[in-house]
Amino acid sequence: MAYPKNTSQSYETKPIKSVKSRTVVLPSTDIDTDQIIPARFLRTTTKEGLGKQLFADWRYDASGAPKADFVLNGSEAKGAAILVAGHNFGCGSSREHAPWALMDFGFRAVISTEIADIFRSNSLKNGLLPLVIDKATHTWLLEHPGAEVEIDLETTTLKLPDGKTVKFPIEAFARYCLLNGIDELGYLLNQDDAISRHERAYA
Amino acid sequence: MAQKTLFEKVWERHEVVPETADTPAVLYIDLHLIHEVTTPQAFTLLREQNLKVRRPDRVLATMDHSTPTTTEEIFGRIPIRMESAAQQIHKLEDNCREFGIELLGMTHEHRGIVHIIGPELGATQPGKTIVCGDSHTATHGAFGALAFGIGTTEVGHVLATQCLLQRRPKTLAINVKGRLPAGVTAKDLILAIIGKIGVGGGTGHVIEYRGEAIEALSMDERMTVCNMSIEAGARAGMIAPDETTFAYLKGRPKAPQGAAWDKAVAEWRQLKSDPGARFDREVDIDASTLEPMITYGTHPGMVLPISASVPSKPDDAVFAKALNYMGMTPGERLIDKPINIVFVGSCTNARLSDLELAARVLKGHKVADGVRMLVVPGSQQIKHAAEALGLDKIFIEAGAEWRESGCSMCIGMNGDLAGKGQYVVSTSNRNFEGRQGQGARTLLASPATAAAAAIRGRITDPRQFL
Repeated sequence: MAYPKNTSQSYETKPIKSVKSRTVVLPSTDIDTDQIIPARFLRTTTKEGLGKQLFADWRYDASGAPKADFVLNGSEAKGAAILVAGHNFGCGSSREHAPWALMDFGFRAVISTEIADIFRSNSLKNGLLPLVIDKATHTWLLEHPGAEVEIDLETTTLKLPDGKTVKFPIEAFARYCLLNGIDELGYLLNQDDAISRHERAYA
Repeated sequence: MAQKTLFEKVWERHEVVPETADTPAVLYIDLHLIHEVTTPQAFTLLREQNLKVRRPDRVLATMDHSTPTTTEEIFGRIPIRMESAAQQIHKLEDNCREFGIELLGMTHEHRGIVHIIGPELGATQPGKTIVCGDSHTATHGAFGALAFGIGTTEVGHVLATQCLLQRRPKTLAINVKGRLPAGVTAKDLILAIIGKIGVGGGTGHVIEYRGEAIEALSMDERMTVCNMSIEAGARAGMIAPDETTFAYLKGRPKAPQGAAWDKAVAEWRQLKSDPGARFDREVDIDASTLEPMITYGTHPGMVLPISASVPSKPDDAVFAKALNYMGMTPGERLIDKPINIVFVGSCTNARLSDLELAARVLKGHKVADGVRMLVVPGSQQIKHAAEALGLDKIFIEAGAEWRESGCSMCIGMNGDLAGKGQYVVSTSNRNFEGRQGQGARTLLASPATAAAAAIRGRITDPRQFL
């Protein structure tokens, strides 16, 4: 399935069934959100255009020129929608600019053996699939950058190039919203009566 | 009756709709703290969808992250140097005005770091659910609140509905026995805990810190501990409220007053884990064996007792990359390593007792030649209280810079920055690559260790100055 590049519309309104792409690999463990997008780029009041600042301090030299040896600057990153990263990806701050930047660059999924809580929650709200998979599959993916894989959100499986599939966990309601292009806020707004009852009782 | 943990008691009281296999819980939020950096896009969403703020009386705004810390800029004697920061600040002012939200703005006497002013005003209270678009919201858990950081989309959800969709996290008890030895602080304790369980050790969990060492801590110290829960991957850290908590809150402007106070305290006394309550995981640590701690790598889990040497991990490429960034070599002793900057500040360690501790170490000494020391109080109230005690004079006479409150060099997005390759002994919470400036090398430590490093210009065991 083809995905449009970032637009000014909310990501949440586009149904997501699957992501098929070759992978880009960043093997470092504990990649924090300050690496994904450094704080000096957070002085913005919009979501747009953050892709050029993605991994800025790993990607550009002091003069601002792309570093040739960094994977996102290579031809292998062009058009790739799946990032495979080391254990505990997205730790650190709550900045939603991290998934915004990954999305704007073109990523639609991140795969690791552990993904930090707030980053995972932020990703699901923007249509960036955070996949936690088993260690053996992860090791294989780390060792095979550029592998063509497919994430099927309906069956919650990741299909490897040899046709083998592995299951991944994903929060049921977030999956439902992503598959159907539903905004979670709409669901919350529909709870108005229950919220009012709670407020009368306690708040 | 089922035995419940502190977390379970607070969670269940806020379930508007309990979770099912298909849907997360709808969780009511009592207090929503907001700041200039993670909210503009949420207010844009409200406008686009023609939504109101459901409970503006439950939202409290301040500005701290991108705000400068120079007196001239804060009080408008000169324009804010960074245009993009000025824009965020003005946007928050506009948004609060339009949506009827209380704002402790640039020149307000109660402005400060969002996680410092909530408790200071008494808005942070036991049993509350508290969120903010900032991961260090965990700080407020020191009062027995369930407090956690959220993203900007969720900020929009809370503004519009006063609720969040949440799956119930697991619970992790950290039992801290014994007492902290003299010269070993709450900062050293939480760094030791993170070192023990790892930066992902708390993922998916809410931590409850308990035991003799925790009960003995002041509220300032409890906030330091809970603040860094996120550095172990946990979204929240909690400590059961007790007499220390109630004494801290009594009389604060937003705390209950009169008969309402007595009623509140009676309810708050119930907020502790029942004797037989079960946690998903438990970890034990002995406070009495700890030393001052300092980080040597690029995440808070890379931490050592100050007397230790950098470990060797020959086949670990990520470890080697971190040491290379930090300019450290395996086997190198940490003590006596030269440093360039000392930063005392941040939501972790910029409360009055932190400044008092740093001043106690520094008094009668000078900041070493070639070392820059920046002291940034956590709030304007703390700044004034410190000045009333004469702490500002101790810092200034020693050669340190004394600033207006804000996040400052913790996050390096407001003009307070370290340079490439510079070592910063910092009382903040994150030593990630580039956190305090591109190429800057952060060494996280307590205010005592920071002040001792300022005197000698080298990593120093602070106990010789205490």
